[in-house]
Amino acid sequence: MKRLYTHSGDRIFAWALLLLALGVVVLALLMAYELYQGGSLALKRFGLLGFALGREWDPVIQKSFGAWPYILGTVIVSLSALLLSFFPALAAAIFAAEYAPRWLAQVINFLLDLMAAVPSVVYGLWGIFVLAPWIRDQVQLPLYMWAAEHAPWLVPILGVPTGYGLMTAVLILASMIVPYTAALARDAIALVPKEHREAAYALGATRWEVMRMAILPLARGGIIAGAFLALARAVGETMAVTMVIGNSHKLPYTLFGGAATMPSVIANEFTEAVEDLHLSALIAVGFLLFWVSMAVNFAAAYVLRRQERLVKGVL
Amino acid sequence: MLPETKETVGTHMESKGLVVRYGNRVGVGVGGGVNLPIYRHRITALIGPSGCGKTTFLRALNRMHDLTPIARVEGEVLLDGENIYAPGVDPVLVRRRVGMVFQKPTAFPTMSIYDNVAAGLKLVGIRDKRRLDEAVERALRGAALWDEVKDRLRTPASGLSGGQQQRLTIARALAVEPEVLLMDEPTASLDPISTQAIEDLLLSLKEQVTIVIVTHNMQQAARVSDYTAFFLNGEMVEFGATESLFTKPKDPRTEAYITGRFG
Repeated sequence: MKRLYTHSGDRIFAWALLLLALGVVVLALLMAYELYQGGSLALKRFGLLGFALGREWDPVIQKSFGAWPYILGTVIVSLSALLLSFFPALAAAIFAAEYAPRWLAQVINFLLDLMAAVPSVVYGLWGIFVLAPWIRDQVQLPLYMWAAEHAPWLVPILGVPTGYGLMTAVLILASMIVPYTAALARDAIALVPKEHREAAYALGATRWEVMRMAILPLARGGIIAGAFLALARAVGETMAVTMVIGNSHKLPYTLFGGAATMPSVIANEFTEAVEDLHLSALIAVGFLLFWVSMAVNFAAAYVLRRQERLVKGVL
Repeated sequence: MLPETKETVGTHMESKGLVVRYGNRVGVGVGGGVNLPIYRHRITALIGPSGCGKTTFLRALNRMHDLTPIARVEGEVLLDGENIYAPGVDPVLVRRRVGMVFQKPTAFPTMSIYDNVAAGLKLVGIRDKRRLDEAVERALRGAALWDEVKDRLRTPASGLSGGQQQRLTIARALAVEPEVLLMDEPTASLDPISTQAIEDLLLSLKEQVTIVIVTHNMQQAARVSDYTAFFLNGEMVEFGATESLFTKPKDPRTEAYITGRFG
């Protein structure tokens, strides 16, 4: 630190800030270390790669643990939820920011904020009592019957129509992450300078053309950041997913049938994990989840930095 | 109060009783609305102190006020004798005939130089590569930018200097071959050399287009324009041939302004 801060108050403040900021970093490192320590028993027994890619998770008989079904489940569920929610969320953001009259935009924004504030256990309950039975009766059963009759090759892909499984989890998760993508996209669109909209309008662009030509390219960074935030949230979402996903790690996963994710297996089995190795394996799953979340966040930061360089001097 | 000018080329645009309101506040048109002719293939300068309504008037000429929810426009603006505010007139079509260049260069930063210039052409559905190439070159030559960028048309527009970006926006506006070009203080954010380049450009452009330019800079108005309108507090005080307005102003307020007593 240079001798910029000559007054003691300034110096004390600067040091206090430094300590508090370092506290955050230390906390993150400590968390990674603790997770590694807690999971080291399982990680050492099976090896990091063997644990991550192992397909067997049998705490009772073979006492063998591999996290692959959960990693795969997490990837499938969160990416599908993101894909499913991205365009509706973007549409909501564009509509709220550019098309809707002021009062309607306010209503939409309020509802989006509300969606983000609803506790995930409430989504889960709604999933159990409303969505899962409805999907089973109105979507899965008819589809299953049709496939059984006309396209038998489809049946193993669809799986058993129980209502609790991959499809329901993806739908719940998608609706949970819509507000994240939408809010960031909305803010990014609102941040595009007035001059750039007007320049496009002055060229004789229609509203959609202005959107495509002047607004979306500049807002792209924020929109992508929102998608990554939603993805990070989807990767880590525990409660609602655990409640509706059916909790089965039997591979291959089917569309209707049960599946499991990294957070859902931890939530499900933690209370029953009486043996050291089982407990350690669950913590090791948490360790892997930590790195997956980290990777998603770093990817988001990287995309944002590139976009910022691209529009440098405009926003 | 139309001036007695012997103008043979004819009126290209004309405002009649034009008033623009923002809510209850009158933006421009105090005292019965603005009546102002804009002559074909001439440069008309709008001058006056900040907040006098000159930019507000300019933006009424291609219906940019449509984008501001609280703005209301009364009166008429005639383009070739037809009111652009008449019901059923599509503002998008008006803006394709009446282009605009803004104070801040607004090159689309994520597009290449070529795509920036071609942007307006693609809007009207021109996809043919030969035609686009020709139009882009013509527009860039017209904006006196061709020699500086011809070797890097595919590079991002954000790599250009401020003055080059402003000429790029002019080229973009020219590419769609508008009849009228509105310029809102196009040199306000530029250095003197870029300003000079753009002023030279304006003089060469008036062969092709009618130009209306808002400027803070009275010397600039005197240098480039054929006609000048002086605005003050939302009122158009005086309009006339530039030379006579600057040498023999009729209104004492005009005289006070051009001799530097306020603003």
